[in-house]
Amino acid sequence: MQVEEFLEHSADAYPDKVALVCGARRLTYAEIETAANQLAHSLVGFGLERWDRVVIYANNSVETVIAIFAVLKARGVFVLVNPTTKRDKLAYILNNCRAAMLITTGSLARNAAASAAAAPCLRNVIVSSPVAQLEIVPIAGKEVVSLGTALEGQPNGRVGKRNIDIDLAALIYTSGSTGQAKGVMLTHLNMVSAATSITTYLENTPDDIIINVLPLSFDYGLYQLLMAFKIGGTLVLEQSFTYRRTILNTLVREHVTGFPIVPTIASILLQMDLVSYSFPDLRYITNTAAALPIEHIRKLREAFPGVKIFSMYGLTECKRVSYLPPEQLDIRPGSVGQGMPNEEVYLVDEQGERVGPHLVGELVVRGANVMKGYWELPEETAKALRPGPFPEEKLLYTGDLFRADEEGYLYFVGRKDDIIKTRGEKVSPREVENVLYSHPKVAEAAVIGVFDEILGNAICAFVSPKPGEVLSELDLRGFCADRLEDFMVPQIVQFRPTLPKSANGKIAKRELTIEIEAAEEVAA
Amino acid sequence: MHRKHAELRRFITNNFLYGRDCSFRDDESFLEMGIIDSTGLLELINFLEKRYAIQVQDADLVPENLDSIDQLCQFIERKLERPGQTPACSALQGQAI
Repeated sequence: MQVEEFLEHSADAYPDKVALVCGARRLTYAEIETAANQLAHSLVGFGLERWDRVVIYANNSVETVIAIFAVLKARGVFVLVNPTTKRDKLAYILNNCRAAMLITTGSLARNAAASAAAAPCLRNVIVSSPVAQLEIVPIAGKEVVSLGTALEGQPNGRVGKRNIDIDLAALIYTSGSTGQAKGVMLTHLNMVSAATSITTYLENTPDDIIINVLPLSFDYGLYQLLMAFKIGGTLVLEQSFTYRRTILNTLVREHVTGFPIVPTIASILLQMDLVSYSFPDLRYITNTAAALPIEHIRKLREAFPGVKIFSMYGLTECKRVSYLPPEQLDIRPGSVGQGMPNEEVYLVDEQGERVGPHLVGELVVRGANVMKGYWELPEETAKALRPGPFPEEKLLYTGDLFRADEEGYLYFVGRKDDIIKTRGEKVSPREVENVLYSHPKVAEAAVIGVFDEILGNAICAFVSPKPGEVLSELDLRGFCADRLEDFMVPQIVQFRPTLPKSANGKIAKRELTIEIEAAEEVAA
Repeated sequence: MHRKHAELRRFITNNFLYGRDCSFRDDESFLEMGIIDSTGLLELINFLEKRYAIQVQDADLVPENLDSIDQLCQFIERKLERPGQTPACSALQGQAI
């Protein structure tokens, strides 16, 4: 099965059913299917070939949904890029995956134009906009058209030729400890397997109405779309959780049954007065990206009586690792559960041997949901995918340390590397440090994660200026904001004449962590 | 009205864009541009309440009021036209973020 068939099967079975609610727009499966077919024909007409990569640089919108399925139908590979991604990184991604085409929106086109110009492989740029009279900014050497023009006169039917399920469907870029973003290669089989397992344990049916407030560029957000279409349900697509009352009202008005959150959203929800709300249709809340504090789980259950709460854990490389059946929540509230259906997970020591109960080990994952590797990074791939019980088969080494109880329920312990999790997203300290070091007045920089009630971890940068130079926090944060996605910009910037060093001359991050934690305790 | 536009633009630029002039239009959606998140929204409300001496109620926290420079200006105008109405509680009370 291919991912685009999620849409196609539902369009065949429920053509007139509302598939997508986005702002004031309500689209049926037949409408999305037709638009995606038209765009797929258009992409083929522009010269898109099988396995070509198409970068979709856009916020959550109807057009983004159509673009994803159109690329798949045209036998391409879609690469969703967070709309807060800046020019240099977008150019890096366009060049890294040698994208043939870029689909973006009117408001992001200004940013995208500079990146597109720096990507020799890129041939076509398609710009969508809710504004009818879209001003198309020309980009030297690229064919730029509006989405409206691209769809004009295209046939409504499907493109004849198909991929097979071992073909790549998507690249999802994720932070790596080296500081360069890595493209996680996911086949149709990977994505169909993950979506099948997840919809199985969530017991999704065509009656489900799922709200998504997370970016589609984040795999957790993307899967809400894929799963909703797979089951023939309805997706209510929002830009973000910023207007929380509006979102909660939407939950009630649209009779939402599934509400995926991350710990940051749980924190915000629990600060609201929820007494005036009732959600009679809400069936489940899922949480992933980082474990919920036990206290938050308790409060969520009070605030959402009768709603099943799923504590889950995953990483882009295999989408989802585990979930805790809701009935286990009272017994082991701190656990993120066991492997999902059709997937095996266990813990190993440094030698790759299984470890017993209550011992810390690295989590490994075995299943059809495990990625094919990192795009054109054989060494990184060999580190993450290693031979398993059968030499021809690869296991995913997650880099996450866990312990398990006697019954195999997993408890998160920490990361093997220093990746920071903030707002549910992974941030490589190295990537932020690289940007700080590129500032002409910075002598030294070190980035660490600091516990934060709302964000999970806040990004904290320690910086020492070059002799005689003066730096301001606003200037440095602005410098970072020009180059990094919003969630990577340090919330805290601290200046030091020099940074502490370990015996071998490396910056002693541990000392900095202890220092800032002590300072926060005093402040509290 | 023009002064308010300029003030609001300055606030948004300084606080959410780190002083970078991104030359967005007055009718462009902050949500779509991804420049205001939950925390930013409360900073914005705090600014509106102090600068324009208005009280923003919880029920006012909808994108129709606050999601672009134009919408913000109209919202402030509406609030200033009804100065007699003092709501019982402001949207900021009881909010830790």
